[in-house]
Amino acid sequence: MKALLPFLAVVFLVLLVIAGVKAAGLYFVFGVLVPYAAAAVFLLGFVYRVVKWGKTPVPFHIPTTCGQQKSLPWIKPNGIENPSGTGGVVIRMLLEVFLFRSLFKNRKTKMKGEYLTYAWAPWLWLSGMAFHWSFLFIVIRHLRFFFQSVPVPVQAIEHLDSILNWGVPALYITDVIFLAAVTYLFLRRVTLSQVKAITLPADFFPLFLLFGIGASGVLMRYYTRVDVVGVKELVMGLVSLHPAVVSGIGTIFYIHLFLISTLFAYFPWSKLVHAGGVFLSPTRNLSNNSRVVRHVNPWSYPVKVHTYEEYEDDFREKMKMAGVPVERE
Amino acid sequence: MAKEPKKEELLQSISYKAPKTFWMDTPTEIKPGMFCWGAKAKSLNVVGLPNARDWNPTEEDWKLPENWQEILIEGLRERLDKYRSLRLFLDICVRCGACADKCHFYIGTGDPKNMPVVRGELMRSVYRKYFTTPGKVFGKLAGAREMDLQVLKEWWTYFFQCTECRRCSVFCPYGIDHAEITIAGRELLNLLGLNIEWIQGPVSNCYMKGNHLGLEPQTIVSNVEFMVDDIETLTGIRINPTFNRKGAEILFVTPSGDLFADPGTYTCMGYLMLFHELGLDYTWSTYASEGGNFGFFTSNEMAKRLNAKIYAEAKRLGVKWILGGECGHMWRLVHQYMDTWNGPADFLEVPKSPITGTVFENARTTKMTHIIEFTADLMKHGKLKLDPSRNDHLKVTFHDSCNTSRGMGVFEEPRFVLKNICRNFYEMPRETIKEQTFCCGSGSGLNAGEDMELRLRGGLARANAVKYVHDKHDVNMLANICAIDRASLTTSMNYWVPGVTVAGVHELVANALVMKGEKKRETDLRGEPLPSAEEEISVEARAVAQAEGEKLGGEANV
Repeated sequence: MKALLPFLAVVFLVLLVIAGVKAAGLYFVFGVLVPYAAAAVFLLGFVYRVVKWGKTPVPFHIPTTCGQQKSLPWIKPNGIENPSGTGGVVIRMLLEVFLFRSLFKNRKTKMKGEYLTYAWAPWLWLSGMAFHWSFLFIVIRHLRFFFQSVPVPVQAIEHLDSILNWGVPALYITDVIFLAAVTYLFLRRVTLSQVKAITLPADFFPLFLLFGIGASGVLMRYYTRVDVVGVKELVMGLVSLHPAVVSGIGTIFYIHLFLISTLFAYFPWSKLVHAGGVFLSPTRNLSNNSRVVRHVNPWSYPVKVHTYEEYEDDFREKMKMAGVPVERE
Repeated sequence: MAKEPKKEELLQSISYKAPKTFWMDTPTEIKPGMFCWGAKAKSLNVVGLPNARDWNPTEEDWKLPENWQEILIEGLRERLDKYRSLRLFLDICVRCGACADKCHFYIGTGDPKNMPVVRGELMRSVYRKYFTTPGKVFGKLAGAREMDLQVLKEWWTYFFQCTECRRCSVFCPYGIDHAEITIAGRELLNLLGLNIEWIQGPVSNCYMKGNHLGLEPQTIVSNVEFMVDDIETLTGIRINPTFNRKGAEILFVTPSGDLFADPGTYTCMGYLMLFHELGLDYTWSTYASEGGNFGFFTSNEMAKRLNAKIYAEAKRLGVKWILGGECGHMWRLVHQYMDTWNGPADFLEVPKSPITGTVFENARTTKMTHIIEFTADLMKHGKLKLDPSRNDHLKVTFHDSCNTSRGMGVFEEPRFVLKNICRNFYEMPRETIKEQTFCCGSGSGLNAGEDMELRLRGGLARANAVKYVHDKHDVNMLANICAIDRASLTTSMNYWVPGVTVAGVHELVANALVMKGEKKRETDLRGEPLPSAEEEISVEARAVAQAEGEKLGGEANV
């Protein structure tokens, strides 16, 4: 049930494009205005979110330490899982951002007979990696639409991606991985009991959106061919700030573009901002050096304490009886 | 106090299959055995916390102020602007579920609201409603909900079913630490006078008398005297510890639990014997007589108010540096908070072991060293005469405390010490130790009597790993470096793994410590007969220390 409304929302978006482009011929709206608006919302929204986090202080030094601390010189510290300096933090963050290291540690807790067991459970890590990396490759491939002559690295990635050389046009491996990963991420939300229990409609919406984007892209490339030259002309117009309506591209392209625009506009206001947030996480991006270097809390204020003098006043006689030295006899 | 459930019944009641109803539509039940009594008016009044009144969590009326919603939402707004952790963690969770089965309370209850992610959602749903546009516009569809009495009771129930152990944050791909959510949640509840008495009582005690247990100076002295008597009986050596002594080189601070009841008192005897043997120039303080800090389970401000005594006392007594005893949350706070709260401690010197000359560079600014670091250094330098055979009746495993593990990374020091003092040491499974260690089930001020079922459930994961080494290797001793562990794991072991006792590492150190001029020891610190006569073993101990040191990657400078 939680999946139904987000699903209908994405269907509605698709119908909106069909109505707008095919029936009403609003090419300028869907080809120019919407992408510009979405890009603006994305940029401003993302910057707003990151600045808002960045401006919020980190009052305490709270890294989660996952390895041996640096203490005595003869004990080997774990400089990455428990970094004592910036270098270690950088490596820890790189591993986190590029390889999802923490997620890789995932274990499934089960009761087997008398014992709790912790079996390695890499599926979430694997699907997460598959999704994010294939998405990145696909985005890079799309850069061919943003440059007059396709940059060499983009060509290299295209070449790599189609190395299987299956079919005409050659199948991109990342297309398959992307759709498979999104499908898996959806399926685990409707089948795995624990994941089902935590899922909100807002978790389904981006999945349907991403699936719609992937599916429309695949349709365009492998089945209902669109006018690629026209697409490039439109995109180049957009990026060079000389937007022009190009006719005869095909509605499917506008569906693709609109769903991407929706994703962009939705991004900063949803859980998708984890993409920026991960860099600012104080349990990961701080080194474990709080006994070596003083961490300052910018909003620290004096607090009321019970002083030693007050304490001695309360207990002077008892202290003297017990032979504990006092300040004032 | 609610009746303790039978072990089999408790185990059978746990199911990891989620119930049909969504958690947000499941009303919260405040069940006997699963909650702690509400904070009393007098305890709140001592430290001037708001809405002080006597109240009962099981009654409908919690005697809240008229505008409690406003207080709470404004309180949340203030904390969103003060803590990046809170704002960020409320914003970026994708509900991937990696944390779901990592929480000991979830493992022991199967209650979806004990999945860390849902604990976060308890607050996140309210955050959405009042602070985000999608939440304001789409309401429940966006996972947002009003702050009403039902939600408040849910917060209270589940923010006091989290021990702030941070295990979830190890597995989260963004490092979301639900302890930060719980800490903020408890702060907000405290704005309405909704603490639990098991925390608030110790807080008011600590504020006025210097320690959680409310031990007055003469009681501290006499409790230590009792231990000194026991040590004399055991070793024939009379120890003369000092209190509030000006000019001592070192101030020693440990949780007051070590002064009060066994097995903590045995650990304390261990400190006393070790310091005497070293001839350490140190003093106890009756004013700064608490290392732990239940203020931290109340609010940041309360924690700072209680913590202030340590540096203040170090300054008054004119010591050079501070040595800290075995404790979990105390050490997270000393390590990650104390200097920020009450520093800089520029009146102190960088800790330097007077015995080995080692300068503890890792405590350069806080000027406070963990006793396990101090003792490991002593052993590495061969400064102690040790007879590990005196621990031969023990098969030992080590429980890593949450705070020293995930908030510091103290892993090898205690293992090095243990391997020097006992010859039978077995690790629990890798998924249950070091950074993946499980909470005892009673941390963060939940070690009361009335919530015993909650504690036993929360303790299941740890106990089950102990059971594994107990079954496989006959392990009968669970060593640790935490005062709450010493008390709560004893309860947990009696229930889950009878036959396993619990000790602080320094109790075992003292068992093995061959003291100058001591008489032949007949028993260990607990009065249990020793397995065999003493052997000339110090040479062997040094060899072990050297081998271990090399294994750990250091040079062999024994």
